[in-house]
Amino acid sequence: MINGKIGKKRKAYIILMRTAMILSTALTASLVIFLLLYVLGRGLPNVTLELLTTKPSYLAGTIGILPDILNTVYIVLATLVIVIPLGVGAAIYLTEYAKNKKVVGMIEYAAETLSGIPSIIYGLVGMLLFSNNFGTSLLAGALTLVIMNLPTVMRTTQESLKTVPQSYREGAFGLGAGKWRVIRTVVIPGCVDGVVTGCILSIGRILGESAALLFTAGFAHALNDIISGLVSPGATLTVALYVYAKEEGEFEVAFAIGAILMILTLLINLSASLVQKYFAKRRNI
Amino acid sequence: MSEIMTAKDLCLWYGNTQALKNVNISMPEKSITAFIGPSGCGKSTFLKTLNRMNDLIPSVRITGEVCYKGTSIFDKSVDVNELRRDVGMVFQKPNPFPMSIYDNIAYGPRTHGTTNRVKLDEIVEQALRGAAIWDEVKDRLKKNALGLSGGQQQRLCIARALAVQPQVLLMDEPTSALDPISTSRIEELALQLKEKYTIIMVTHNMQQAVRISDNTAFFLLGELVEYGKTEKLFSQPKDKRTEDYITGRFG
Repeated sequence: MINGKIGKKRKAYIILMRTAMILSTALTASLVIFLLLYVLGRGLPNVTLELLTTKPSYLAGTIGILPDILNTVYIVLATLVIVIPLGVGAAIYLTEYAKNKKVVGMIEYAAETLSGIPSIIYGLVGMLLFSNNFGTSLLAGALTLVIMNLPTVMRTTQESLKTVPQSYREGAFGLGAGKWRVIRTVVIPGCVDGVVTGCILSIGRILGESAALLFTAGFAHALNDIISGLVSPGATLTVALYVYAKEEGEFEVAFAIGAILMILTLLINLSASLVQKYFAKRRNI
Repeated sequence: MSEIMTAKDLCLWYGNTQALKNVNISMPEKSITAFIGPSGCGKSTFLKTLNRMNDLIPSVRITGEVCYKGTSIFDKSVDVNELRRDVGMVFQKPNPFPMSIYDNIAYGPRTHGTTNRVKLDEIVEQALRGAAIWDEVKDRLKKNALGLSGGQQQRLCIARALAVQPQVLLMDEPTSALDPISTSRIEELALQLKEKYTIIMVTHNMQQAVRISDNTAFFLLGELVEYGKTEKLFSQPKDKRTEDYITGRFG
C-alpha cells in the first residue's frame, strides 16, 4: 500500500509542485537581479564627479545634478522637521492620553487608509492647497510629503509605544511620578527605536516620491541654499530623472540618477535594520 | 501603635462588577499586615486602592473612604503623586526600568526634585543597603538592571521604592514569581523593614502570612470576612469561611 500506485502519483505531484516553486523563485530572483544589474550597469559608468558636483549649463551643454541632490536633501529635512513632532505628538496623545477608544480606533483606521492612497492624489491636493498659496516650491512639496508621511510616522510610533510594557508605567506611577514624567523618562526611551525606524522608512518614501512632487515642487535645477531653495521651485532626484528621461532624452543621466537612488535606498534599508539591531541589543543588555 | 491606614465602607466596581463590598479595616503602623484569600477575592484590588493605582483603570468607580494618617486619599486637595511617594508599591512581577541599577534607584528621588549628585549617591547606597542588595550590586551600579536575577530584581524594586522614603510599602504578592531562596530573603527583608515602615502585603501563600505578618485579613468575593492578629486568625478563626479556607477546604 505504502509503495503502491498512490505513492507514485503523489511522488510525481510533489516533484511537479517543487519544480514549479523553484521556477517561480528563480524567476523572481532573476528579475530583481536583472533590474539591479541593468540599472547599475547603465547608470554607474555615468556617475562622474562632474555630474555630482555641478549644475546644468545650457551654454557649455553640460548636465550636473548637484542642485537636484541638494533639493532632495532640503525636502527630506523640511519634511522630517515638520512630520516628526506632529506624528510623534499625535501618537503619544492617542496612545497615552486619549480616553475615547472608539475615536482612537477610527483615527487609526483612517490613518491606515490614508497611507494606502496613491501618491498622485496627495499631489493633486497639495497643488491646490499649497502650491496655489505659496507658489510651486520645495516647501509646497515638503508640506505635501508631510501629509503623505504623517500617518506612517504616527502609526509606527503608536505601535512602538504599545510595546512598552505596562509594568514600566506602573512602576513609575508607583514612585509618585506624574503622567508626563512617566512618558518622558520611561515610555519614550522605550520606543525610540520605533520612532527612528519610522523616520528612516519615511526618508525612503520621500526619496522615492515623484508623483506628488511633479504637481507641487516644480522642475527647476537652480543651485540654492536651503532657505532660498525651499521657497523656489526645484526638482528632486526622482523628478530630475523623469525630466531628463522624458523631456530631454538624456538616458545616461537618467540611469545615473537611477543608480544613485537605488544605492541610497539600499543604504536606508540597511540603516533601518542596523538601528533595530542596535536597540534590540541594548534592550537585552 | 496607631493606625496609619483605614478604610471605611469601601466599595469598588469595575464597570458593573462589584469587586469590593463595604470593606472596613484599620492597619497599624510599623507592622506587617497580610491580605489572604482565593484568586479574584479583591485583595489585590484593595491593595491598589490604598495608593490609588486603580486610577489608571478607566472603568473603576469607588465609594466610601480610605484615610492615610487621618486624611481621605480621595479628597480633591490630595496630590496623588505625593500620596504614592508616601505609600510606595512593589509589584507581583519584578519591574525594574530598562536602565542602570543606579538610575533605577535614583528615579524616585529625581522625580521628586533631588538632583545633587552627592546626595543621590547617598540615597542610592542607603536604599540598596536597606533592601539587602548593596553588597551584590555595589560594583556594577552602572550596569543594566535587567541583567540581575529575578530575586535580585525584586529586591532592587524594593530598594527603588525605599529611595523615596515612603511611610507605607504595599507589596502585591512580591514573592510569587520567585524561587524559594529568593522568597526567604524577601521575607527576612520584610521583617527588617517593619522596624521603620508599615508593610501591607498581598500573599497567596498562607505559610508566608503566618511566618511574617502581625495581622491578617481574609477576603472572599470582595468582602473582608475576618481580620485580626495573625496567630489568632489562623488558630481560632471566628468565621466558618475563614476556617474552611485556612484548612484548605477551598481556594
